[in-house]
Amino acid sequence: MESRNTNTTSLLLGIDWPTVVLYTLLVLCGVVSIYAASYDFDNASIFSFDEFSGKQLRWIGLAFVAGAMILLIDFRIYEAYAYPIYAVVILLLIVTIFIAPDIKGSRSWLVLGPMSLQPAEFGKFATALALAKLFSSYNFSLNARASNYLKALLIIFLPICLILAQKETGSALAYLALFFVLYREGMSGLVLTAALATVVFFVTTVKYTESMVLGIPSGEAAVFIMIEGGFVAMLAAYCKLQIVARNVLAWFVGTGLIVWLLALCGIEIPGLVYFLSAMGVAIIYILLQALRVPPRKILVTAGAAVLAIGFLFSVNKVFNDVLQPHQQQRIKVSLGIEEDLRGAGYNVNQSKIAIGSGGVFGKGFLNGTQTKLKYVPEQHTDFIFCTIGEEEGFIGSAIVLILFLTLILRIISIAERQPTTFGRVYAYCVASYLIFHLTINVGMVIGLCPVIGIPLPFFSYGGSSLWGFTFLLFILLRIDASRREHLSY
Amino acid sequence: MIGGFILVIVCIYIIRLFGLQVMDSRYKEVADSNAFMRKTLYPSRGMIRDRNDKLVVYNQPAYDVMMIPKNVQAFDTIDFCRTLGITRQQFDRRLADMKDRRMNPGYSAYTPQRFITHISAQDYGRLQEKLYRFPGFFIQQRILRQYDRPAGGNILGNIREVSQKEIDNDEYYAPGDYCGDLGVEKSYEEYLRGQKGVEILIRDAYGRIKGKYENGIHDIAPVSGRDLKLSIDIDLQAYGEKLMTNKIGAIVAIEPSTGEILAMVSSPTYDPRLLVGRERGKHYNELVADFYKPLFDRALKGAYPPGSTFKPSQGLILRQEDIITLSTPYPCYHGFISGGLKVGCHGHASPITLKPALQTSCNAFFCWGLKSMLDSHRSKYGSTAEAFEVWKKHLVSLGYGYKLGVDLPGEGRGFIPNAQFYNKIYGEGRWSANTIISIAIGQGEILATPLQIANLCATIANRGWFITPHIVKEIQDTVLPEGLTDKRIPTIDKQHFMDVAEGMRMAVLGGTCRLANLKDVAVAGKTGTAQNPHGKDHSAFIGFAPYDDPKIAICVYVENAGFGATYGVPIGSLMMEKYLNDSIAPERQYLEQRMFESNTIISSGVKKH
Repeated sequence: MESRNTNTTSLLLGIDWPTVVLYTLLVLCGVVSIYAASYDFDNASIFSFDEFSGKQLRWIGLAFVAGAMILLIDFRIYEAYAYPIYAVVILLLIVTIFIAPDIKGSRSWLVLGPMSLQPAEFGKFATALALAKLFSSYNFSLNARASNYLKALLIIFLPICLILAQKETGSALAYLALFFVLYREGMSGLVLTAALATVVFFVTTVKYTESMVLGIPSGEAAVFIMIEGGFVAMLAAYCKLQIVARNVLAWFVGTGLIVWLLALCGIEIPGLVYFLSAMGVAIIYILLQALRVPPRKILVTAGAAVLAIGFLFSVNKVFNDVLQPHQQQRIKVSLGIEEDLRGAGYNVNQSKIAIGSGGVFGKGFLNGTQTKLKYVPEQHTDFIFCTIGEEEGFIGSAIVLILFLTLILRIISIAERQPTTFGRVYAYCVASYLIFHLTINVGMVIGLCPVIGIPLPFFSYGGSSLWGFTFLLFILLRIDASRREHLSY
Repeated sequence: MIGGFILVIVCIYIIRLFGLQVMDSRYKEVADSNAFMRKTLYPSRGMIRDRNDKLVVYNQPAYDVMMIPKNVQAFDTIDFCRTLGITRQQFDRRLADMKDRRMNPGYSAYTPQRFITHISAQDYGRLQEKLYRFPGFFIQQRILRQYDRPAGGNILGNIREVSQKEIDNDEYYAPGDYCGDLGVEKSYEEYLRGQKGVEILIRDAYGRIKGKYENGIHDIAPVSGRDLKLSIDIDLQAYGEKLMTNKIGAIVAIEPSTGEILAMVSSPTYDPRLLVGRERGKHYNELVADFYKPLFDRALKGAYPPGSTFKPSQGLILRQEDIITLSTPYPCYHGFISGGLKVGCHGHASPITLKPALQTSCNAFFCWGLKSMLDSHRSKYGSTAEAFEVWKKHLVSLGYGYKLGVDLPGEGRGFIPNAQFYNKIYGEGRWSANTIISIAIGQGEILATPLQIANLCATIANRGWFITPHIVKEIQDTVLPEGLTDKRIPTIDKQHFMDVAEGMRMAVLGGTCRLANLKDVAVAGKTGTAQNPHGKDHSAFIGFAPYDDPKIAICVYVENAGFGATYGVPIGSLMMEKYLNDSIAPERQYLEQRMFESNTIISSGVKKH
């Protein structure tokens, strides 16, 4: 009896209360925003309260109960049953593909009487547990063996494939956030850099096709220069060959200047010819260096350059020939190449209008016209951030963003204080999901990212999303609360 | 590293939010134009009554089907067409016309466009019920003018949609608004139109109206236009139009003591109801194309040689300038013969003095008079040219040569030449009275509008003054515009007017206008027969009655109808009799009948082009 009391006391003391407070704040701001988003000028407030915000309040109540129960369960359960939990959720995801009704083209909802649940949201914490379990297995090191990578990727991509099969692209993409965790646990930064480079190259190439430089589109020319820069940077920072890097840089700058001066004098050397020969000479030059020094990193650098060039040449082809017209459309609209206010761009445009019209202090609670009059579709779910932007203005939306930032930074600091690999990996999973959701969701609402239908954690209406994130967070709190017990082993 | 990543992202987002929300004010406007629909509330246009308070022009509600193309969503076209009783082809054509910027220069997908105008009350009812099924469409109630009877089209005018130029010049107007065109509707537009109101409605993303913004505290109620009371007697107007059936010309009747125009007929005229509603454009084009130009207000704009109706003014000038006395005789041997020049005249005693000359309309008398002034009395003025300028100045003071300033649009000014005009034609000092002698009898270069001629008659009736002729007697809750009630006194003494009036009285009692003699009312008058290059002479008449206390002064001008006594006198006297007695004496009804039935157009001698 006594030990139980001390357990409970130590549990209460061990809980990271700042996180709980941030969570509660965000969830309450969320329900108020949902109330505002679904409030109708015409109808009595009671009615609309019953509609979305009322339901969300019930979900929140249940979430707190669930959170409390999670805290009461022994933390070792999560580690011990990580794989079974993962297996159950994977099974659920498979079942969902077959028994879920078709709702707006997606088969991701399990209808249980009056409730609908989206297993994809619960897959998040299960996958995080499984990944944490994998990393915490005895003597596991990501870079030790290729098969370790395979295992980690399998854990991540199994739910992604199943959710893609349910035609919930947005939710599936959210699992890609776990690559942050892999990076933290030893994956080469090159992978993230390559991913980033891919996105930047793609956007630059597709977006700037209007003006021409030396016979090639200015976007491609810019990417050429970025590839040259990246090449030099890799030689310097990755291969640690400062002198080689300097020589290559001198070669690029020197030839570039000559071509530029010739162009000024009216002699135009075709850009493609110049670039490919400059790159070719540089690659041959560093391959010769490989005879002197250990060749691995030099080969990687040369390979990366070749891949980048290959990517560059295939971008426009892939974009025009492989992507469906509506996908091209979405990408073009989100890159600002085309303005299509009636079709794909409508949501984003109306949402920008809603946020932009909020001004510094906003129009005041329940006074937003854009959101009240339903100009922004999905305003209580994916576009909930509009309501904050319109009614609470710049101040309100900045505060919300800062709350999220604080929560994420707090979770990262929790992660770093975990005594076990399991706890650390799991905590990074939670942080990664939040980073991904926040970046994509707010980015699309303010017109910086393509429209990918994923919710804003704790804000968007919907029980599954709220519960999914609550589970994620409270399991983390539970693990964190017991970190001292680990120390006492 | 990961923490740094999210820190950078959040910073970028906050900068972006700052840009959207604080730096860029465009979004606020777009949000407002999204959410607030400013619906114009049209005031009812002022009504128009005649001098006896008979309603002449009033309002009739009409309904336009409007659409905001941007807000239109898929709807049941078949049902829509059936409700409005149009075919699918008409629907498609109307849509294409509306979007055609050549036909509809103000087209924009974001503003209300007029889809169909003037649907019937039944169609309105049916459509209103189903309107929720046709998002993007709404009904705008408009006001059409309606006329009690087909009279006075030239005076009343009508309303039409404003042109782009008017929208640019007057910020009151928006595309699709109506404004007055021609007549009183145009000249009193600012009184009649009232003030538009505005209602701010909240509109949701589906174009549904969700009610008034803040319970309508920002709304502005429309202010109705002011009613007008015309000086016109609409019965007299209609009677005049009937008398002028199948004749080309004009009648202007003025109440001398007030300058109020009692009737102003321009013939041929048109039914003002033709220019109402959906068919307006078609009818308007037909009227414009009509050979006899019914839209041209001859009473107001027609420039005619006044002929012998000019003689009273000549008598006034000669007396004022002391060229003649009442007993100065001039010879007339069937005309004015001087220096190989002959102006013919008809049989009467000779020599002759002023009053009998007016009575018999002697051409020679007035020719001698003008010759005396310009040639014999040249030394008095310095030269013929200077004498002529004095002559002209008197005429201008009588209201000739310039616009009188009537409160109707498009008044003509007639033409009175000055010395310079003749200097240009004949050379300085190379012309004399003989050169221009026909102006003495209202021919030659002299041109006047029927309104100016009637105004001269009113001035004589008043024995020496007039008030600017005007058509509006009262404006609801305000006063008439400046200048419409001031007394204007010509440069001629009252005594001379009394003499000329007496001559005109004699013309009725035993001269050229005996037909105008009424049993119980003393009438004074003067005929006119004006030669013209087009065909038969124009038949003209001026007259006023009662002689001692004039209630009506009139000018009748019938183009190419022959002697003044043939059409001018009967029509003028019938008008006066009708106005003063309310009915035509039985023994004169044959005259009335003859006027109703006669057709001077076919016998005018004017060749059709």
